[in-house]
Formats: sequence, C-alpha cells, structure tokens
Amino acid sequence: MVTIWMVVTITFFLMHAIPGGPFTREKALPPAVMKNIEERYHLNDPLWKQYTDYIQNLVRGDLGPSFKYQGVTVNQIIAESFPISAQLGLASLFIMLFVGLPAGIISALRQTKWQDHLAMSLATVGVAVPNFVVATLLMYIVGVKLGWLPTARWLSWQSVIMPSIALAGYYTAYVARLTRSSVLEVLQQDYIRTARAKGLPERVVVYKHALKNALIPIVTYLGPILAGILTGSFVIEKIFAIPGLGEHFVASIWNRDYTVILGVTVFYATLLVIVNLIVDILYCFIDPRIRLGK
Amino acid sequence: MKNILEVKNLSTSFFTHAGEVKAVKDISFNVGIGEAIGIVGESGSGKSVTSLSIMNLLSFPGKVINGSVCFAGTELTNLKEKKMQLVRGNEIGMIFQDPMTSLNPVYTVGNQIMESLLRHQKLNRGEARKKAIEMLSLVGIPGPENRLNQYPHEFSGGMRQRVMIAMALCCKPKLLIADEPTTALDVTIQAQIIELLKDLKDKINTSIILITHDLGVVAELCSRVIVMYAGSVVEKGTTRDVFYNPRHPYTWGLLKSIPIVNADHKERLIPIDGQPPDLLNTPPGCPFCPRCDHAMQICAQTQPPLSQLGEQHLAACWLLHPGAPRVERGR
Ligand SMILES: Nc1ncnc2c1ncn2[C@@H]1O[C@H](COP(=O)(O)OP(=O)(O)O)[C@@H](O)[C@H]1O
Ligand code: SF4
Ligand SMILES: [Mg+2]
Repeated sequence: MVTIWMVVTITFFLMHAIPGGPFTREKALPPAVMKNIEERYHLNDPLWKQYTDYIQNLVRGDLGPSFKYQGVTVNQIIAESFPISAQLGLASLFIMLFVGLPAGIISALRQTKWQDHLAMSLATVGVAVPNFVVATLLMYIVGVKLGWLPTARWLSWQSVIMPSIALAGYYTAYVARLTRSSVLEVLQQDYIRTARAKGLPERVVVYKHALKNALIPIVTYLGPILAGILTGSFVIEKIFAIPGLGEHFVASIWNRDYTVILGVTVFYATLLVIVNLIVDILYCFIDPRIRLGK
Repeated sequence: MKNILEVKNLSTSFFTHAGEVKAVKDISFNVGIGEAIGIVGESGSGKSVTSLSIMNLLSFPGKVINGSVCFAGTELTNLKEKKMQLVRGNEIGMIFQDPMTSLNPVYTVGNQIMESLLRHQKLNRGEARKKAIEMLSLVGIPGPENRLNQYPHEFSGGMRQRVMIAMALCCKPKLLIADEPTTALDVTIQAQIIELLKDLKDKINTSIILITHDLGVVAELCSRVIVMYAGSVVEKGTTRDVFYNPRHPYTWGLLKSIPIVNADHKERLIPIDGQPPDLLNTPPGCPFCPRCDHAMQICAQTQPPLSQLGEQHLAACWLLHPGAPRVERGR
C-alpha cells in the first residue's frame, strides 16, 4: 500500500512539474474556452486540492475521466486494453518458462556437447540483441518476406505470436543461462552425491533432487523479470501497433493526459506489487528455509 | 574370516587439463564380514577417492585405471550402472563428512529416508514411513514421528549426522562406508556419533570402513587400520600393531598429531611439518621423503616396497630394510 501511495505521489507531482498541460496546443485556445475547460477538470484548483481529490477518488477505485478522450473514463481504458496486454504478457511468460527453462536444463545436462553450445549461442544472441531489433527483424522476415504472420495490429490469435516472441526473447535467453548455471552448480552439491550414493537413478537425482534447488535462484529473479516484461511491452506494443495498455500509456504521456498517466501508473504499480507477492509465496513454497525464517 | 570386500591393486586418477593426478596408487585391502576397518591419513591422501572408487561414483574426470573391487563376490569396477544402483544405498551405505550440506535442504528428512526404502525394498509408503520412524529412533533422535516431517535445517549438526546414518543403514547394508563422519562436528558430538556407530555395528551387523584423519577415532571402533599417504598405503595392520608398534615415520607423525582435548574443550593438534607432495608430478622415491626426519639417500631415488612385519602388519619404508640403520620412534 505504501509503495503504491508513494508511486502515485511522485508521479503526480513530477507530472505537474513538466511544462505544458493536457490542453496546451500549438495554437493557443481562446482564454474563455481554456478557462471553461480548466474549471471542468478542476485544473485551476490549487495543486494540493487536486492531489487530495485524486487520492480520495482513487481510494474509491475511481481513476477519473480521460482529458483527451471525451466521455471515456480511465477505468474504461484499462478494462478495454489491459486484456490485450495481459495476453501478450502471459504468452511471453509461457515462452520464457517453457523454452528458457528446458533449454537451460538440457544445456547443463549436456554440458560441452552440441546441445549446450547451440542453446548457449542462441542465448548469448538473445541477451545481446535488444527487443525492438528482434521485433523489427521478425516483422520484416516472417511478416513481410515470408508473409506467414500478420505484421501488426491485434486481429487474430496469430497476432500474438511475433510480439510475444520479441518480448520474451531477452528473458527467455536470460532464464536459459540462469537455469544452466544454477543446475550446474546444484549438481556439484554434496546432497546430490548423497542422492547418488542412495542408488537413485540419474533421472530422480536430476529431476527430484537437483531441479527444485536449481529453481530457487530463478524464482528470486522472477520479480524483476516480470517487471521487465511489463515495461518491455510498452515498446513492443508501439512497434506492432497493438492497442494494449502500454500503447495507451505511451500516448497519454505525449498528450499530457494526466489522469491516464496516473491511472495506468497506479494500475501497473498495483500489478507489480501483486506479482511480487505471488513470487514471494512461490519462493516460500519451494524453499522451506524461508518458510520458517519468517 | 570371509571377506565382504576385497580391494586389489586399485589405482584411480583424475585426468585434468594439467595432466594425470594420481589420487590413489595401487592400494589393496579387505574387509571381513562384520569387521570395522579404519582408513587414516591427512586430508588429500586419497581416502575419499578410494571410497568413491568402491562405490563407482567418481565424477568426470576421475577414473579407476587399474585393479579390482570385489564386493560379496561381485566385481564392481566394471558393473553396469543400472546394477550398481541396486548395490548403492542397498548393500553399501555411505555417510559423508559434512552433515550440513549432505542432506537436501528442500525435502523433509522423512522424505529422504523413505526414498531409499521405497527404492530398494518392497514396501508401500505407510510401511516405509514406519520403518523410517524406527530408524530415527534407532539412531537416537527423540520424537521421531514429528522429526520425520521436518527439514534438515531444523536439525543440529550432530542430529543431521544421525539422520545420515539412519538413511545409510535403513536398507540394512552389508557394508557402511563412513567418510570422516565426525570431522565437521563438535568434540563432544564426535564421541556420541562414534559411540552410536559402535552400537549399531553390532545391532545391524554391518561391516564398516571408517575414514578419518583422526587415529583416536579409529582405536574406538576398528580392528584393523590402513594408513594412507599421497594415494598409497604406507602402513597397515591390526589396530594394536599400528598403535603400539608403528613402523612408518608418517604413522609416528600421525600418532603425535592425535588431538588432545584440553580442559577448555579446545583441540590441540601437532601437525606433521611440511606439505603432502604434488600428485600431478610425483617425484620418484618415497612420497614422504621431503618431510621425513629419517630420510636416507635411497629414499629419494626408489620407492620403498611393503615389508611384511607380522601376520597382518605391513609398512612401506626403507628403514625396515635389513641393511638400514636402526631408528627409534621419536616422541
Ligand atoms: N575432481 C578432482 N579433480 C582433480 N583431482 C582430484 C579431484 N578429486 C580429488 N582429486 C585429487 O585427489 C586427491 C585426494 O583427494 P581425497 O581422496 O578427497 O583426499 P582425502 O584423503 O582428504 O579424502 C586430492 O589431493 C586431489 O589432488
Ligand atoms: S622410506 Fe625413507 S623417506 Fe620414506 S618414510 Fe621411510 S625413511 Fe622416511
Ligand atoms: Mg575426504
């Protein structure tokens, strides 16, 4: 709660500190019109009054009306565009876990064999190349040259494929590398030798005794990774012209659409707090030492 | 006495980038049924590598390059991995030096003991659980029903070692290899663990190989002792032979370095001067030569053979050659 409040406050005052307002145009509006508008949106109230009003509404779950889009509330914007972003995010998460983790495990078990070299070369490329480059390349090759998938917009289920790959690329590679080094380290541990000395088959040694321990550092990084996917989606949505929340957020900043900026920020902050809570619960779940430490 | 284990001319090397590290060199010994033997030597003398060679658990780049390990009539060095798995944990149990790191932190103690039982014995989960509780109380852990559901970090070092012992013995193995089971523990706990092993040896009737760098521990439990130095056996015999009539200068040094517990429970140890040799480029001659107070010219040139000193007593030192000068063991 404190985190979210701090995010709101900082964003609120920073936003007002930037020159220009939501109704600043290249050609100035007539003073009378301007006055009308400002009264309607309470923009001529003292700043502290605007702030307390906002907080009061926020507590009731009302994020206010958009300044830019007449008659549309911020709640509506989020309700409409967040599901799209969520699909993109979940698809990326899915790719990250179901490609990154197995790739890392296989690399570790086939250490210095061709599978390892292949996976780690790809991972190095994945970590080094920024997501907008991946996005542009994918768009050009798969979308334009081969024509297999739609290049942009959000039309069918196929629309999710390229953006989610572009978004997940870096994190998949990162998870693969992290998994590999984590598995390799765990396999050196004394309790792995104990498991082997018990006569357990290698399969059980790796998938029961090594894997759960190897996941601990990965879960630790999951919070930052998910935050990264969230912010990464701003760029990707822009490139692929996907009408998700990230796209709205970027647009709202250009438009100085105060309530949308604040609303989306609050929404993302809340989301991150929840995500981190889930990660913490997950963490306690796999590491009994944490569970009892608390 | 029939032997449960016969190790003959076992040599194990690690093939590293720098070259071949000869960790175990041509060692032979056997263990009788129900007998406990000790393997002693400073750290780095090849004790652990010997036990891992027996268990066929050497990890890359380690390899048994020569010799045989015959367990209950079966040759283990070339046994198929699948068959070897049925020996490990079932017919040969093993406990390790550091009980803090030898148990998996993310599974309960019960899970880890039952796992062994379920793997090797035809038991259902309920029976395995009962057996695990039985084992925990056998090794002297109070409240075993509750302890079973706890994680390793909820146990003290000594208690964890007891858990390891319960785990290693739950399938009633014919042989238990205990690799420095007390080294990482407090002095008072050490004595308790040795007492426990002594007790269980008779209760379960298992043979034991006790590996340690502490000769005092061996005297408590073992009928025979093997002294290793730089991968070789330098002296072996009955515990009585080695304690009361040691013939190798290295054994003399080890006996001097038996820790003496002072009134304030601090250990005092007189280590042997110098460092063990580099196993990568072993010079010719006796490996103990650079550290030996009694070294002669021949010691630097030719490796001393094992001389038979009694029915069971052997030592590898040129001082035992008929032509050598008589040397008194210094104190
Ligand atoms: N994985 C390894 N790679 C290279 N050399 C090793 C490895 N493991 C052990 N050795 C060598 O084997 C020697 C004996 O080790 P070890 O059997 O563990 O001694 P200890 O008597 O203390 O148990 C070490 O000094 C080391 O040189
Ligand atoms: S052979 Fe020589 S150097 Fe080696 S222990 Fe005997 S006296 Fe010392
Ligand atoms: Mg050792």
